[in-house]
Amino acid sequence: MRAWLQHHGLSFAQTLARLARSPFATTLNVLAIGVAAALPLGVYCVLGNLDSLSRNASVDPQLSVFLARDAAKADIAAVEARLKGASGVSTVRFVSRDAALVELNRAAGMEEVIASLPQNPLPDAFVVRLSTSDPALADRLDLEFKSLPKVAYVQADSAWVRRLDALLRLGRTAVLLLSALLGLALVAVTFNTIRLQILTQRDEIELCRLIGATHAYIRRPFFYLGSLLGLFGGLAALAIVLSGLTVLNRDLAQLAHLYGSDIRLRFPDSNEMISALVAAVALGWLGAYLSVSRHLLEAERD
Amino acid sequence: MAIISFRQVSKRYPGGFEALKLVSFTVEPGEMLFLTGHSGAGKTTLLKLIAAIERANGGAVLVNGQNVSALRPAAIPYLRRNLGLVFQGQKLLFDRSVFDNVMLPLVVTGQPYREGARRARAALDKVGLLQREKANPVTLSGGEQQRLCVARAVVNRPAILLADEPTASLDAAYADEIMEMFNAFNQVGVTVLVATHDRQLIGKYRKRVLTLDHGKLQ
Repeated sequence: MRAWLQHHGLSFAQTLARLARSPFATTLNVLAIGVAAALPLGVYCVLGNLDSLSRNASVDPQLSVFLARDAAKADIAAVEARLKGASGVSTVRFVSRDAALVELNRAAGMEEVIASLPQNPLPDAFVVRLSTSDPALADRLDLEFKSLPKVAYVQADSAWVRRLDALLRLGRTAVLLLSALLGLALVAVTFNTIRLQILTQRDEIELCRLIGATHAYIRRPFFYLGSLLGLFGGLAALAIVLSGLTVLNRDLAQLAHLYGSDIRLRFPDSNEMISALVAAVALGWLGAYLSVSRHLLEAERD
Repeated sequence: MAIISFRQVSKRYPGGFEALKLVSFTVEPGEMLFLTGHSGAGKTTLLKLIAAIERANGGAVLVNGQNVSALRPAAIPYLRRNLGLVFQGQKLLFDRSVFDNVMLPLVVTGQPYREGARRARAALDKVGLLQREKANPVTLSGGEQQRLCVARAVVNRPAILLADEPTASLDAAYADEIMEMFNAFNQVGVTVLVATHDRQLIGKYRKRVLTLDHGKLQ
């Protein structure tokens, strides 16, 4: 057991020393892995930001229900009762055609236009607030209200939120695909790096096999090498993403200032960063595993 | 019980070359014997079958009662830990010291470092290289390199020592030195099998000689 720990310590130290002996090649390998991992991580972060934006925007989902021009007082009362009775409705506010005209009048430049009209062209309307931002609820109520008598038109104000939501879903799928592809690239990079290392240590491996080394013993230093490459690559990816977000935030702050708002991109939290590192280490390990197993299989065949 | 036993062993390489044809013999524990024959007669193949570096196509190779040709791949390392191998193309590692070369079999088999270092120095002492333990093997002469290989082969105290042409590239004085070492190991109970085509060397020892001719035992 102590010897086993000793060997683990030894192969870890030897692997680090080996990486340090060829700093240029190591840096390039780490960069290749870092860039490959930074792409999906970066897109994921930006998407996460859009996601929270859309959630903030849809806290206030509402439907505007416009009535037909010939709706009488009794019809209005009937519709109001139906609206209030529908499930998932939180508040119903009536906006009469006269009130709407007064409001429109307040908008600059509209006075003359309105004065030239022979009569008020606006319909009576209800603004219906929904209790949740569930797009399915909005759809259902939209259909339900449209079928009420004397209702001319229902406008779902959450439509653009749904569109954004669909876009985000598309984006998330794209991130998954991108992650899968670049994860594959990461495995390929470590596979080849380890393969080169194996070839330079061919004699040593051959000798170790002859003097009774188990496969586990031969694999061990390469597992460390693959995992370390993954870890350093993951750290490089985080550095790339964090500095990228910092630069973007600086530009965004100027833009937001012009619009009088305070939008900034959120940084990945510690959980997300640790998951990214763990994934990079695991993929590096996998590359090493495939590479060494392949070599041992080839060696066994000769 | 025999420590090595060949029963009707044949080995055919891919491409059809028959290296061994129906070879049978036994070796008793503590015995020392020579394996000779012209070059290409099958000496190296025979040794490789014992160490499971090659597998027989027919017959059975028993080492310590275990059928080596039927061994699971995962069991092969443990077989080899009982064998000391001195093979052609010495396979010394030139990226580390003489001492570290001898340590390697002990590290591979998981010996604790302190105990291993003691045994490595004892083995180096036996072959007369203790003064050179910090040197790089590149700086050793041919005879010293061969002695280093012997030290590496015996450091794990194997029950069986297999040597393939251990004196091939050495002049007579060095060759005698190496053979004397094998003889000394044999006297403390190690079973020694030496493949060589050097008839003069064989003549100096009164040991059993197996002669191979085109893959057949004479």
